[in-house]
Amino acid sequence: MTTVATNPRPQTKTKWLDMRINGVTVQAAEGSRVLDAVNDAGFEVPTLCYDERVGAQGTCRMCLVEVEVNGRTEQVASCTAFAEDDMSVATPTEEITDYRKTLLEMLLSEMASMNANPYSNKVGPTEFDRAVEEYEARQDAFPQLRVREKASHDTNPFIQRDYDYCIACYRCTNICNDWEQAGAITVDGRGQDSSIFTFFDNELMDSPCTFCGQCINTCPTGALTDRKVVSQDIVAQNVDHTQTVCPYCGVGCGIELLTHDGEIIGAEPDFSAPSRGSLCVKGQFASWEFVRSEERLRHPLIKQSDGTFRQASWDEALDLVTSKFKGAIATEGPDSIVCWASARVVTEANYLMQKFARVAIGTNNIDNCSRT
Amino acid sequence: MSNSIEELAGSDFLLVTGSNTTEAHPVISLRMKRAVKNGAKLVVVDPRKIELTRWATRHVQIRVGTDIPFFNAVANVIINEGLHDGEFIKYRTEGFDAFARHVQMYTPEYSAEICGVTPEEIIDTARDFAAAAPKSAICYTLGITEHSCGSHNVQSLGNLGLLCGTLGVPNGGVNPLRGQNNVQGAGDAGCIPTDLPGYQKVERPGIRDIFEKAWGEPLPRRRGITKITAMEQMIKGRVKAVYVMGENTVVSDPHANHAEHALKSVDFLVVQDIFLTETAQLADVVLPAAAFAESDGTFANSERRVQRVRPAVSPPGEAKTDVEILLSLFERMGKPQTMETSKDVFNEMRSVTPIYGGISHERLDREGGIQWPCGDEDDPGTEYLHGDEFSTGFPGFFAPVDHIPPAEEPDDEFPWLLTTGRRRSTYHTGTQTGKATGFQHLVPHEMLEINPLDAAEMGLADGDLLDVASRRGKVTVSARITERSPRGLVFMSFAFPEITRTNDVTSDAYDFITETPEFKACAVKISKSEYQDEEFRRAQRRIRLAGEVKQPTELMPGFD
Repeated sequence: MTTVATNPRPQTKTKWLDMRINGVTVQAAEGSRVLDAVNDAGFEVPTLCYDERVGAQGTCRMCLVEVEVNGRTEQVASCTAFAEDDMSVATPTEEITDYRKTLLEMLLSEMASMNANPYSNKVGPTEFDRAVEEYEARQDAFPQLRVREKASHDTNPFIQRDYDYCIACYRCTNICNDWEQAGAITVDGRGQDSSIFTFFDNELMDSPCTFCGQCINTCPTGALTDRKVVSQDIVAQNVDHTQTVCPYCGVGCGIELLTHDGEIIGAEPDFSAPSRGSLCVKGQFASWEFVRSEERLRHPLIKQSDGTFRQASWDEALDLVTSKFKGAIATEGPDSIVCWASARVVTEANYLMQKFARVAIGTNNIDNCSRT
Repeated sequence: MSNSIEELAGSDFLLVTGSNTTEAHPVISLRMKRAVKNGAKLVVVDPRKIELTRWATRHVQIRVGTDIPFFNAVANVIINEGLHDGEFIKYRTEGFDAFARHVQMYTPEYSAEICGVTPEEIIDTARDFAAAAPKSAICYTLGITEHSCGSHNVQSLGNLGLLCGTLGVPNGGVNPLRGQNNVQGAGDAGCIPTDLPGYQKVERPGIRDIFEKAWGEPLPRRRGITKITAMEQMIKGRVKAVYVMGENTVVSDPHANHAEHALKSVDFLVVQDIFLTETAQLADVVLPAAAFAESDGTFANSERRVQRVRPAVSPPGEAKTDVEILLSLFERMGKPQTMETSKDVFNEMRSVTPIYGGISHERLDREGGIQWPCGDEDDPGTEYLHGDEFSTGFPGFFAPVDHIPPAEEPDDEFPWLLTTGRRRSTYHTGTQTGKATGFQHLVPHEMLEINPLDAAEMGLADGDLLDVASRRGKVTVSARITERSPRGLVFMSFAFPEITRTNDVTSDAYDFITETPEFKACAVKISKSEYQDEEFRRAQRRIRLAGEVKQPTELMPGFD
C-alpha cells in the first residue's frame, strides 16, 4: 500500500583522495578532516576540545598527528587539518606520544584537587581521566604553576561549576553559544588566565541559561557536573548505564539512565542516538526522580463504599475488573465499554490495549490522547 | 513528520507556526537555530512573541485563529506571481484550478485585515517560501491543530507544500511536531477508533479479514467512538465502564469539570497508572503500573523513528508492566494470548503492520532507531515520506478551505482571549516534572501572561492574584506581565492542577472532523482575586520544597 522513497539522497559528486594512514591505504572524501579520515580508518586519536556538533577548535592539541605530504613532514592538529591527496599520516609516533603525555601533565599541574581526588568529580571516568591513565601522565611532573579559581558560589540546583578541573577547552562555551545558542557562558581572559564566565559574573539562574545540561555533558573533565548526581556521592566505578529514550516530548532524545544498587541516580544523554547528545532541562534533570518517588503506586487499590481506597491483591483487583467488564458486555453490549490507551507507555502495551478492546471486549471504542 | 528532524538544519527556509519550539520541543529547535546559522530564513507565524522569534528573520504576529486566511493569502501571492511548481502540480496533485480560483478572494490586503498584520508580511513570506522551495520546511504543532477548525488549518499548510513541491524531498515537508514521547506509537499500534494497527481502516473492505485471520477472532465491524464522544455518552449513561491506561484525563482535557463529571457518571472506572493522579482518584480500581524506566519495548518519535526503551530498574512494590497487566486481563477474559514478553508483542504487531514489517527488537538493538515505513529486514527505513508517490496512494488534493473564527470570541462580558500551551521546564499536567527537585525554582506555579499595556490599564503588578473566569469555570493565578503576550491575549499552561486547574476554564468546542479540542482559544474575564492573599500563598508554598524561593519573575530564564 505504501510506495515511498527509501533514502534516495541527492547524489553529489564526491572527489576521493588517496591517503596512507599508518601504512594502510584508504580513501577520504575531499573536504574531510584528517581526524575523521584517521578515525574512519579504524585508528584512534585522542581529543579533549573536540565535539562533533560544533566542529574543530584546535585548542587542546591532543589530536596532533604526523603528516607527510609533498615530501614535507610536519605535526598538525588533525581536527583542523584537511585531508590531501597522497598524504601519509602516522599516529601515534614515539614523539607524539611524549608530546601528548607532556600536555596532559601540564594540565594536571593546574588542578589542585587532583592530588586529593585522583578521579575528577564526575560519575564514571571522564575523557580526561581516561587520557591521563592511557598516557600514564604524572601529576607531579611540573611544579604547580597556578591553580584555577574555584567556582564562583552558584546556588542553582542543577549545574555544579568547579573550575578546579577546567582545562580551558571551551567545549562548554561553544555548545552554549553555537549549539544551544543560549549565550549563558563565555570565556573571560586569555591564555593561562582564561576562565569560564557568566555575564556580570552572575549566578546561572540569573543568566539566559536554559539548564539544558549540554555543557555538563560535553565537559571532558568534571568542571561542570550534574549537581543532582554528584551530590549523591556514589563511586564512579559502580554505576550502570541503560540506553533508553527520554519520557517527555515527541523528539525522542536518547538518554542513558544511571543506576547504582538497583536505584536510578541520574540521567545522561546517549551520544549514539540521532539526538546527538542533546537534551533539554527535562531530559537531563527531570527524567528519573519521579520514577523513584515515594508517591508511586505499589499495590492495586479498590475503592470502598465510603469512597476511600483499600489495598488489594492482584487477583482480587483483576477479578473485579473482568467481572465488571463481562457484566457490562452481557447486559449492555461491548460498545458500553471504552478503553483509552496512552501516549506515555511503550507501543507494545498500546498494541495490546487495542487488541484487548477489539478481541477481549469486542469494541472499536479505543482511543488515545493524541487529541488532547 | 513527513521529514526528519536532522533535515531541518539543512533547510533554506523554515515556516514555524503554532509551535513554541524552543520550549515545547527544545532539541528540535536546535536544528532550526542551526539552519538560521547556516543562512536559512526563519519566519515565525504566531500570536505570541515566543522565544524562537529571537532567531526569526520575521515574526508575523497574526491574531489567534486566523491561520487559514493567512495561509490562503500566501497561496494567493504564490499563484498570482507565478511562483508555484507547475511540474509538481501537474504530476502529483489534483484540484489546482479550483483551489486557485478559491484563494483569489484571499488577497494580501483582505487577509491582512483579518489577521491583524500588514499585506507586505504576507507577500514577503510567500516569496521567501517559494524562492527556497523545495528546501522550504513547514513545522507546526498544537497551535494549528487545537482549534475548532484544526484540520482545515492543517490543510491550509498542506496546500503550500503542494503548490511549491516541497513534499517528497529532503529538507522540506509539512511537519507536525508530536507532543508526547509515544503519541506516534499509540497511533501506529492502532489505538484509534477507526484504525487497526498501521493506520489500516477498520471499515475498509478486506482489512478486517486480514486481522480476523491473524488473530483468529471475529472483530467488531463498526468504528468506535473518540474520547470526546465517549465523555458525552458517559453523561448520557450509554457508556458503563471505562479502562484508562496512563492518562490524567481530568486535568489534561478541556473543560475539566465536564471530564470529571463524565468519569464520575460511569458505573465502573479502572485506571492503570504510576501515580494516584486526579483521574485515578475517581477510579473504582487502580492498577499500579511500571514507569518507562522499568519497561521493555519501543517508543516512536515525531519523525516516525522507532527506538528501544529498556528497563533500568524494577517496578516498586507489586507494580507490574503494562504488558504484564494486559496479558493477565486477556487470560481472565477467556482470550489467553501466546505472547509473553514485549518482544513477542512487537513480533505479532509487525506481522500485521506493514509499515513496521522490517523492524524488530533485535534489529533496533543492533542498528539503533529505524524510521517507518520499513517493509522488510533489508529496508533501511524512510527518512522522508511521499518520495515518488503520496503514501496514501492518491495524488495530493488541494483543499479549498475557508476562514472559521474560534468557537468563542471575546465579547463585553468575557473580553479577553485565553490561549494555553507548555513551558520548557514544566510538562503537561506536572505529574513528572512536579516531582523533580529544583524545578520549582524555574517555574514555581502557574502564571497568567499578560501584556504590560493591558496590565497598566488594569493597574496590575507582577505577582498579583487574579481570578480568570470563562463561561465554564474559574481559576486563581498570579499575574506575569510580559511582552510575549500581545494586547488582549493572555496565556497559561496547565502544569499546576493542585492550585490552578487551567482546563476548568478552557473551551468545550472541538474540531468537527478529528474532535480535537479547541485549547487555543476561549473568552475569559479577569479580575483581581477575592482570595485572601495569605491563604493562597500558603497553598502555593505547600507544593514547594523547603528553602528560600526567589520571586518567580527573577527566575525565568529565557523570558523576555
